[in-house]
Amino acid sequence: MSAVVDDVSAQAEPGGLGGAVKRPGVAGRLFRNPMGTASVLLLAVIVLSAVLAGVLAPHDPARATDNVLTGPTALNLLGTDSNGRDILSRLLFGARGTLMSAAIAAVVAILIGLPAGLLAGYYGKWFDGLSSWATNILMALPGMIVLLAVRAAVGPNIYLTMVIFGVLMSPGFFRLVRTATQSVRNELYVDAARVAGLSDLSIMGRHILGVVRAPVIIQAAMVSGIAISFQSSLEFLGLGDPSAATWGVMVNDGFRNIYRQPLALLWPTLAISLTIGSFVLLANALRDALEDHVNVKEKTSASRRPATVAAVPATVAAEPVDAHLCEVRDLRIEYPQPGGERKTVVDGASWYVDRDEVLGIVGESGSGKSQTAFAVLGLLPDNALVTSGQILFEGKRTIDTASRRIDQSALTGLRGRRISYIPQEPMSNLDPSFTIGSQLVRPMTRILGISKSEAVTKALDLLSAVGIPNPKRTFSAYPHQVSGGMAQRVLIAGAISCDPDLIIADEPTTALDVTVQAEVLDVIRDLQTELHQGIILVTHNFGVVADICDRVAVMQNGRIVEQGDVRTILRHPAHEYTQMLLQSMLVGKPPLTRLMSDSATGGMK
Amino acid sequence: MNAHGSEDPAEVLDDIVGHIPPVSATPARGKHLLDIVDLRVAYPTKGFLSRPVEVLHGVSVAVEEGRTMGLVGESGSGKTTLGRAVLGLAPVTGGSITFDGHEIAHASRSERRKMAADIQVVFQDPYTSLNPSMTIGDILSEPLGSQGISGAEARKRVRNLLDRVKLPVDSMDRLPREFSGGQRQRVAIARALALEPRLIVCDEPVSALDLSTQARVLDLLLEIQEQTGVSYLFVSHDLDVIRHVSHRVAVMYKGEIVEQGLSGKVTESPDHPYTRRLMLASPVPDPDQQAKRREERRAFAAKVASQLGEPAA
Repeated sequence: MSAVVDDVSAQAEPGGLGGAVKRPGVAGRLFRNPMGTASVLLLAVIVLSAVLAGVLAPHDPARATDNVLTGPTALNLLGTDSNGRDILSRLLFGARGTLMSAAIAAVVAILIGLPAGLLAGYYGKWFDGLSSWATNILMALPGMIVLLAVRAAVGPNIYLTMVIFGVLMSPGFFRLVRTATQSVRNELYVDAARVAGLSDLSIMGRHILGVVRAPVIIQAAMVSGIAISFQSSLEFLGLGDPSAATWGVMVNDGFRNIYRQPLALLWPTLAISLTIGSFVLLANALRDALEDHVNVKEKTSASRRPATVAAVPATVAAEPVDAHLCEVRDLRIEYPQPGGERKTVVDGASWYVDRDEVLGIVGESGSGKSQTAFAVLGLLPDNALVTSGQILFEGKRTIDTASRRIDQSALTGLRGRRISYIPQEPMSNLDPSFTIGSQLVRPMTRILGISKSEAVTKALDLLSAVGIPNPKRTFSAYPHQVSGGMAQRVLIAGAISCDPDLIIADEPTTALDVTVQAEVLDVIRDLQTELHQGIILVTHNFGVVADICDRVAVMQNGRIVEQGDVRTILRHPAHEYTQMLLQSMLVGKPPLTRLMSDSATGGMK
Repeated sequence: MNAHGSEDPAEVLDDIVGHIPPVSATPARGKHLLDIVDLRVAYPTKGFLSRPVEVLHGVSVAVEEGRTMGLVGESGSGKTTLGRAVLGLAPVTGGSITFDGHEIAHASRSERRKMAADIQVVFQDPYTSLNPSMTIGDILSEPLGSQGISGAEARKRVRNLLDRVKLPVDSMDRLPREFSGGQRQRVAIARALALEPRLIVCDEPVSALDLSTQARVLDLLLEIQEQTGVSYLFVSHDLDVIRHVSHRVAVMYKGEIVEQGLSGKVTESPDHPYTRRLMLASPVPDPDQQAKRREERRAFAAKVASQLGEPAA
């Protein structure tokens, strides 16, 4: 299925300049998410009240009065604590300490984790070993106990405690940055920067920091939240500085007087929860905003149903008496796009294939050749619309013209049984966790209804029929133990295992070496001579077409520009696009000369 | 191996005189810009006391000034590793790589940085060889910045580069994802040209491209060579591509060079059975000629198999 999605997204991609869809930046996407907007606004309010505490606070947060543990009054909007101090003022001033602690912890953790992770990920070797070892020790330490020990040693200094807490949290950053760096280090653009003569420092600054920036910001938001909860917990346990106005100390005070004035506990708890919650939600929203960035292509190609259903004249011809094996008539496949329009990937294609012949569908990427093949197989993505035309297999319709989708019930009995498929990437079409034998046997027992031992015998016969030298060994091997050429032979064996009438081969040799390609084409040709199937071969290679096809259909931008006998098309192409493609072929051209007459202007095709 | 320059020295000299600006150091051996002798590369493997895996077993090949050396081979032949060794991206364990008279096989990072102006690269995959988050302008000015060229001068050079690879000037402010594969490969070529190098390692530069795009990119590479006299070490699995762009060709098989010589000779009437097999496996776009070639290939297969020690599949 992935091939389908790839093909579509390749087409959804703007082919030329100026077609690019403007997408909002990270900030834009963050604010489009209500969770993001709410958390940012809340944090902004908290930060502002901390900064402006001196102006906003109605009272001196440290001034004790005789009005002890009052509820909310006109004088003390949120009431007073056990020393008669104004709770609102203490909350405002307490925000300073709380936010400062969170900032200290996050900054310290980043200052240690980020550079260490960059160095370990980029250079590896001994530094990686050493720092990973140190990280493991740090992660094994019980944080709360370390913080209690620090407090016992140096007294109630909350900022020093938070520095230590930052150190304890640094492994999270280290691991994050190290993993991200390792994955980017081997990218070709980093190699290119090295060849361009950039120093390691500038490579890290330009190419790697950009990649780790996003996860580090997300992690920082999380760590800030955790730091606040740790700090408040320490103070709640009575380990903070009792003279300072902080939220943890206030919770402690409120808790001790919970029966006399429950509200005194509520306010600081609410402040702590809201702040931590905002940090966590912000981290989530940031993650969503950044991940959306990565998935742009899939979103544009694989979502959104059309808002309006256009009236489509479903021209249905009468069923032919003398039916072709498979016939496609005026097929039109469209994908809804964001914004309401639809993108046409196949635009009125008509062709047929009979038993004992190979139809080649040729075209460049984005021509719709794979889409046509997948439509016959009934494997189009869910949002694909067949807006006109019909596909007939032995005269039987497989398109439901009413819903403009593939009639899956019509195809279920055909797919695997009558129509089979040879994919482009042999390796990704074999499940790595099952042996090759079991992947061949299971479809046969299911579809043909034969016993397992019969299926095993047949599978071994098939493997030797596709030219595998030692069928028994390949039968019990796992996919990773065989080469790409062998894997493709296995898939061909699978494709013919249930005696299909039609085989659809989508670029079956593109991923193979040229010597292996020749052998695989030999296998396909020999099998057809013996079994008389009809074959649809999708390819971009005219050499492959010349080797195996009887008839050819040339596709460009979803349209079939020309079709006919292979000799006619290759020797006397009528359409200028076919002529251009053949002109691009290197065979028989004088070396070291220009291929395209229009190469001076051809750059912006 | 015969001396690389035995064929038509006058023409080669003409080329040098015609295209190469005077350089400070005289090349050690006249016309060989790059000389690789008995090169061995071995990659370390994971695990305690495990032996490195050698992927190049003593490879010797040379690139002449202003000319193209085509390296052809199938997957796993080591052709890409050879290119990466020249770029300093593969661990050299033996032999020498001499560029313009200087030994570079074990050059340090700072020596490599100085060589950046001379040796550049175009990678296979135009989708991963450009940083997706950098604009085309930033990508192209990066090599310039590393050599101390910035500001207005850098922008002028970037505009010239875009012009040379036939991309519009407004590409500067765009991101790689706004471009098609062929256009991205043009950007990668422009980046390689930024420092006016004398050698460009082209690692399968057209194998990810459509047929017509491939033709245009090959045209561009040939045109650039005509204009600037740059040398190419051109790595590809496609014999047709190699024949089209190369002056000399070396055929790699399992980490060794099995045949090298003039392009026409090696690609049209090869001596080594592996090269012959490669040639016969490459299909021609005419059904009847291809049927003939297929028969030749099948007839040849058994003979080849015995010489290479492989079963005739």
